[in-house]
Amino acid sequence: MKNKQATSESKFFFDSAKNIRRVIHCLYGCCAVLLLLEFFIHRHSVHSWEQLWGFYPLYGFVACVALVFAAKWLRTWLMRPEDYYQAGSKLETAKDDNKPGADNVDG
Amino acid sequence: MWMAELPAFVPFFIAALLAALSRGVLRATIMLVVPIIGAIQLYLLPETVTVQVVFFDYQLMPYRVDKLSLMFGYLFHLAALIAIIYSLHVRDTLQQVVALLYAGSALGAVFAGDLLTLFVFWECLAFSSVFLIWAGRTQRAYAAGMRYLLVQVLSGLLLLAGAVFYVHDKGTLQFTYLGLQGAAGWLIFIALGIKCAFPMLHNWLTDAYPEATVTGTVLLSAFTTKVAIYALARGYPGTELLVYIGAAMTCFPIFFAVIENDLRRVLAYSMINQLGFMVVGIGIGTALAVNGAIAHAFNDVIFKGLLFMAMGAVLQMTGRINGSDLGGLYKTMPKTTLLCIIGAASISAFPLFSGFVSKSMVMVAALENNFNGVWLLLLFASAGVFHHAGIKIPYFAFFAHDAGLRVSDPPNNMLLAMLIAAVLCIAIGVYPAALYALLPYELAYSPYDATHILTQTQLLFFSALAFVWLNLRGYYPPELRAINLDTDWFYRRFFAAVIVSVFARLTRLDRAIRRHVMAVVYRCLNLLARSNNEGGVLFSRSRPIGSMVMWVAVLLAAYLFISFVEHF
Repeated sequence: MKNKQATSESKFFFDSAKNIRRVIHCLYGCCAVLLLLEFFIHRHSVHSWEQLWGFYPLYGFVACVALVFAAKWLRTWLMRPEDYYQAGSKLETAKDDNKPGADNVDG
Repeated sequence: MWMAELPAFVPFFIAALLAALSRGVLRATIMLVVPIIGAIQLYLLPETVTVQVVFFDYQLMPYRVDKLSLMFGYLFHLAALIAIIYSLHVRDTLQQVVALLYAGSALGAVFAGDLLTLFVFWECLAFSSVFLIWAGRTQRAYAAGMRYLLVQVLSGLLLLAGAVFYVHDKGTLQFTYLGLQGAAGWLIFIALGIKCAFPMLHNWLTDAYPEATVTGTVLLSAFTTKVAIYALARGYPGTELLVYIGAAMTCFPIFFAVIENDLRRVLAYSMINQLGFMVVGIGIGTALAVNGAIAHAFNDVIFKGLLFMAMGAVLQMTGRINGSDLGGLYKTMPKTTLLCIIGAASISAFPLFSGFVSKSMVMVAALENNFNGVWLLLLFASAGVFHHAGIKIPYFAFFAHDAGLRVSDPPNNMLLAMLIAAVLCIAIGVYPAALYALLPYELAYSPYDATHILTQTQLLFFSALAFVWLNLRGYYPPELRAINLDTDWFYRRFFAAVIVSVFARLTRLDRAIRRHVMAVVYRCLNLLARSNNEGGVLFSRSRPIGSMVMWVAVLLAAYLFISFVEHF
């Protein structure tokens, strides 16, 4: 299905909302199973926190949410327009924001 | 026997010369054959080889093979081969010759047994690699390459200064354990730190790598930083400071990676994050930790190379690399998508992929040696790396919103290079014993036990869950056409502004002094002019010669009169 010609505007896998929902539900299912597996697999641990129920899942989730919110907050301080360094710099005033790319390629 | 004593960089340098003189199929063949022959030569070597020469009063060791350097030797041959296959379609003599010189310099550096040889190859690395950035042939690439070169050369000079102090203290140049003792220890430490992208010294990497050519970035990602990791593992194992530096390296880049738009720059930040794991391992210094660091360096070259190759393919085919301009490419680039996902799974350390078998060694070592806080940071970084490199890279390039780009998969040679890397990622993940056998310390370690697999999978799946939740809720920061300030702001803006204002002041001062001096000069000139010009008392130009003659006549008359009066 994915190998169809580029020109055809046929439906691809993620074009349908149903498929996206399926993938997400699959992820929910996996998460639930992984959480439940803790009851069945004996875990040896080096650190006492590791022994807490759901430590790794909770840590992973909270870490990522915290990471994203912190990064978003950083944007307020660090984000600048794309031509920030070009503006006012004599060395980089040339208007070429083209990335190096296909120009070195034969054919 | 002569083969054993032929240093590993020599075939690459000879090949660079031959490649410069040949073209087409012959050049491609030379470039492909060299890493293969070189690797075979390394394989046939006896366990340890040292070549020594006497240079003035010092014993130099330009070629030293032991288990540690051999590991990196294999790695660099492999990386060179993959990168050369990836760039077979390129018709650019400069890039092709420089690629061989660069790989050769990296080999020279890891097999250098003394600090002077290390310095020489250290600078060769800088001067060869910068051409891979300049080969972009844009003003941006030129400026970024210049900044890169300045930082690299600074690192080399610090290394040289450190070597001078070292030979003064110890009387030898041999490169063994150094430790943070005295000026030599610190200077070399900072020199390595620059190349290894320590926090605050890291910005050359994220500034320059994304400006290099499609194929150049793949090469760059393999060598420079890994040479620094090798040198740290040789000179500073067990230096506790490295644990904290490494922990910082794993954490701070992921914030930048989340908000960065240029996907190759995201990978550059992610590279610092991976280097952090290696630096922590070297800092802990136990056999398990150092083995883990080196194994991770090996895996990182392959999976980071794979990710850079996938993003290079996207850039090559679409001409775009910003997350805000991409999306939906899975429809027409299915092979690249799949290969990229394998790279993403490897860097995220999914079980059965290569990152898992090496990263877990460092994590376990951190816990066993009571670095609990560091362990928590590493765990945070593990979740974070999955977030930005594991999900963000494939998601924004190949899925997300459809940008309407309908380009095909890249040329076959690029796909082949990516395939080799992907197969290695899985092969090492499935059968880590092959990798462990190459490690410098004998160690029985098995990454695959139920606890490890379960906890790591939980961590990753719940990170993915967080990504989904944030996206569905609309909390996820959108990819914006913008750049983010990093420490390069200090030298591109702050120092530039300071220097401009200092020079503006100096110019004003200079102008004032000149004005003052000129005023004095003019006053003198005026004085002279006044005395010479019309109406001037003494030497006025306008006084006729006749008046002088008259005055002479008056004087003579007076003289005559006086002498006449005297005679009476």
